[in-house]
Amino acid sequence: MILNQFLILAAVLFCIGVYGVLARRNGVLVLMSVELMLNAVNINLIAFSAYLRQSAGNVFALFVITIAAAEVGVGLAIVLLIYRNLRSPDLDRVEQLKG
Amino acid sequence: MLDYAWIIPAIPVLSFFLILFFGKKMPKGGSEIGITALGATFVLACITAVQWFQRVENATGKGGGAALKAFGRGILPTVSEHEAIVRPVIHTITWWRNAGTLFTVGTRIDGLAVMMLFVVTLISLLVHIYSTAYMHDDVRYTYFYAALSLFTASMLTLVVASNTLQLLCGWELVGLCSFMLIGHWWEEKDNTNAALKAFLTTRTGDVGLMIGVIVTFFAAGQNFDIGVINSRALAGTGGHTIWLVGAVCLLIGIIGKSGQFPLHTWLPDAMAGPTPVSALIHAATMVVAGVYLGARLYGVFWQGFSIHAGGINLMAVVGGITILIGAALAFVQTDIKKVLAYSTISQLGYMVMGLGVGAWTGAVFHLFTHAFFKALLFLGAGSIAHSGSHHSFEMKKDMGGLRKPMPITFATFMVGSLALAGIFPLAGFWSKDEILATAGQNGFEIFVVVGLLGALMTAAYMTRCVYLTFFGEYRGHHHPHESPKAITGPLVVLAGFSIVAGLANADPFGIDKFKQYIEPRVAFPTDIFGVHFDTKLALLSVAVAGIAIVVAAIFWFERKQFGVKGLTERSGAAKAGHTFLVNKYYLDHLYTDVIVAGIKGPIARAAYWVNMKVIDGAVKGVGRGATGLGRVVYRYVDQGAVDGAVNGLARGADEAGGLLRPLQSGRLQQYALLLFGAVGLIALVIAIFG
Repeated sequence: MILNQFLILAAVLFCIGVYGVLARRNGVLVLMSVELMLNAVNINLIAFSAYLRQSAGNVFALFVITIAAAEVGVGLAIVLLIYRNLRSPDLDRVEQLKG
Repeated sequence: MLDYAWIIPAIPVLSFFLILFFGKKMPKGGSEIGITALGATFVLACITAVQWFQRVENATGKGGGAALKAFGRGILPTVSEHEAIVRPVIHTITWWRNAGTLFTVGTRIDGLAVMMLFVVTLISLLVHIYSTAYMHDDVRYTYFYAALSLFTASMLTLVVASNTLQLLCGWELVGLCSFMLIGHWWEEKDNTNAALKAFLTTRTGDVGLMIGVIVTFFAAGQNFDIGVINSRALAGTGGHTIWLVGAVCLLIGIIGKSGQFPLHTWLPDAMAGPTPVSALIHAATMVVAGVYLGARLYGVFWQGFSIHAGGINLMAVVGGITILIGAALAFVQTDIKKVLAYSTISQLGYMVMGLGVGAWTGAVFHLFTHAFFKALLFLGAGSIAHSGSHHSFEMKKDMGGLRKPMPITFATFMVGSLALAGIFPLAGFWSKDEILATAGQNGFEIFVVVGLLGALMTAAYMTRCVYLTFFGEYRGHHHPHESPKAITGPLVVLAGFSIVAGLANADPFGIDKFKQYIEPRVAFPTDIFGVHFDTKLALLSVAVAGIAIVVAAIFWFERKQFGVKGLTERSGAAKAGHTFLVNKYYLDHLYTDVIVAGIKGPIARAAYWVNMKVIDGAVKGVGRGATGLGRVVYRYVDQGAVDGAVNGLARGADEAGGLLRPLQSGRLQQYALLLFGAVGLIALVIAIFG
C-alpha cells in the first residue's frame, strides 16, 4: 500500500481548507473550508489506520465526523444569526469585539 | 431507684426547660409543670429512701449484723467487715479522659444522700405549692417557677454527686439560682444589690472551695472521687499537713455558703427575695449545701482538724462564734424575716460546730430537723405578710395580735418556734441535744457551754418574735385574715414533720433509725459512734430554753409593769450594745468601707498613678517614636519604593496593552491567520530542531 498519495491528497485538501478559511468572506464558505480541513485529517487517520493495521484510527475518524456534524450545526446557526443581524454573511463586518 | 438515681435531678432539669419554653402557654403559667415534676421527684426520692432502708436491713440481717454492732461501739472493722456492711450505691460514667486522669459523673447514693433527697424534694414540693398562692399575679410567675425547678435540680445534682468536681458544679449552680431568685424583683435597686451581695460573698467562699477541691484532688492521688478522698484522708495518706490545708480551704467554702462568721452578711440581705425562696434557701437548697459538703467530705475535716483529739479546732470555733453572733443579732431585728435569717445563721453554726466536734450524726440530724421547722417558720412569715400585714415584714409597725385572725398560721408558727427553741419532744430538741451530748463526750466542753448559751438566746429571741407578731395590739392598717389553703396546707405538713422528725433518733425511747440508716459505713471515721443520750444535758438544755422563754415572755408581755420599756434610751450600756448589734457588728462597714474602699481608694489611686506616669509614658514614647519612624517610612519607602513600583507596573501594563491592542481586531479571519501562522511557525521550529 502506498501511503504517500493519501498523505499528499490530505495535505492538498488541508491547504485548500486553510486558504478557504483565511480568504473567503462568506461565512458559509468558511464553514465548508473547515469541513475540508477536518476531512483532510480524516483521510490521514484512515490512511495510517490501514497502513499500520490498527483500528484506533478508524475510531478517531468516526469521532471527528460526529464532532464535525455537531460543529457544522452550531456554526450554521451562528452564520444564520449573523446574516439576520447584519443582512449579509460577510465575516469582515463582524468586528464588534474589536479591542 | 438506687441504681437509677440520676433520674431524680434529671426530672427538675427537664421541668426547667419545659417551663421556660412552654410555661407561658400553660393555663396556670407553668406552675403545674413544676409541681408535677417535683411531685414525681419526691415520690422517687421516697422510693429511693425505702430501698436504701431495705438494703441496710438486709445487710444487717445477713452476717453484717455482728460487724455493725461492733462498729457501733467504735471498733475499727477490717476490710472484709467493710464488705459485709452496707456500701454506697455508686454509678459513674466517664465524662472525659485526660492523660490517665479520669473525669467521671455519677451518683453516689448512701444514707446521707437519701436523707437529703427526701428533705430537698419535700421542701421544694411544698414551696412550689405554696408559691401558687404567694406568687399569684406576679409579673414573672413562669420565670419564677423555672428558676425554682433549676434551683432544686442543682441542689439534687450536688446531693447525688459522686465526685468533688460534680459537687462543685452543683454548688455553683445553686449559687447562680439563688442569685436569680433573690433578685427576682429586680426593679428595686435594693433587691439587685442583695442578689449581687449574696452572689459575690458566697463566691469569696467558693474560691476556697475550689482550692480545696484541687488540694484534695492531689492529696488523694489525683482522684476526685468522694469515697477515695475520704478513705485516703482518714488513712492520712501524704501526711497530715496537706489534709489540714484542704480542710481549711473547704471550710472557707462552707463559711461562704452556709453563712458562717465572718461571711454571714449576705444571708440577711438575701431576704430581699420572695419568701418561698427564702424558705427554700434556708431549709433545703442553698445554705445547707455547705453543711452537706462538710458531712460528705468528713474524712478530710476529721483528719485535717484532728477532731478525734478533742479540745479546740477551727471548724468548731467558727461554728461556735456563728451561733452566738447570729443569735445576738436576731434580738434587734424588726423585720420578721431577718429574725429568722439570723436564726438560720445561728442554727447553721450549730451544724458546723457539730461537725467540728465530731457530732456527724448530730449535725446531719440537725440539718434534717432544722429544714422542717425553718421552712415552716419562713412560710409562716410569708403567710403573715400575704394575708396579715399587707406585704410587710415589719413586726413593730405592721403586725401584732395576729393569733386571732390567723389561727392556723399562729399554731404552726408556734410549733416551729418551739421546735427551734429545742423544747421536748419537738424536732429541734433531739438534734440539738445530739450535738451537745457528742460535744461533751468527745471532750469539747467549752462548746457545750456555747451551745447551751445559743439555746438560751434562741428561745429568748423567738419569744420576742412570737410576741411582736401574734400578741398585743394589731398595729397594721389592714384587715388580717387567714391565708388560702395552698399556703396553710404546706404549713400544716411542715408542722407535722417538725413535731415527729426528731423521733427518728430518739435515743431514750430506743429509736435510733436515723443512726442506723443514715450513718455511712465505708470510709468514715469510726470512732465517733456510740454517743449516748445525755439525760442531764438534755434536761439542762430544756431547762435553759424554758427559763429563757419565761424570762423573755415576762420581759415582753409585762414590760410596762417592770419599767424596762425604753431601756435603750435610758441605759448607756444597753444603748451602745443595741447600736452595735443594729449595725451588725459593723461587719458590713468593714467590708464596704475598709476592705472595698481600701481597694478602691489608695490602691486604685496608686494604680492610676502608675498607669498615667509609667505605663502611659512608655506608651506615649513608643507612640512618638512610631510616628517619626512612620513619617520616614512614608516618605521614602512607601512613596518612593512601593508606590513607584506599583505605578511603574501599572504604566508598563498600560503601555503593553496599548501595543497589543491592534491584535484584538475582533475580526475572525485575522485570528485564524494568527492561529495558523503560529502553528506553521511551531511546525517549522519542530522541523528544524526536532
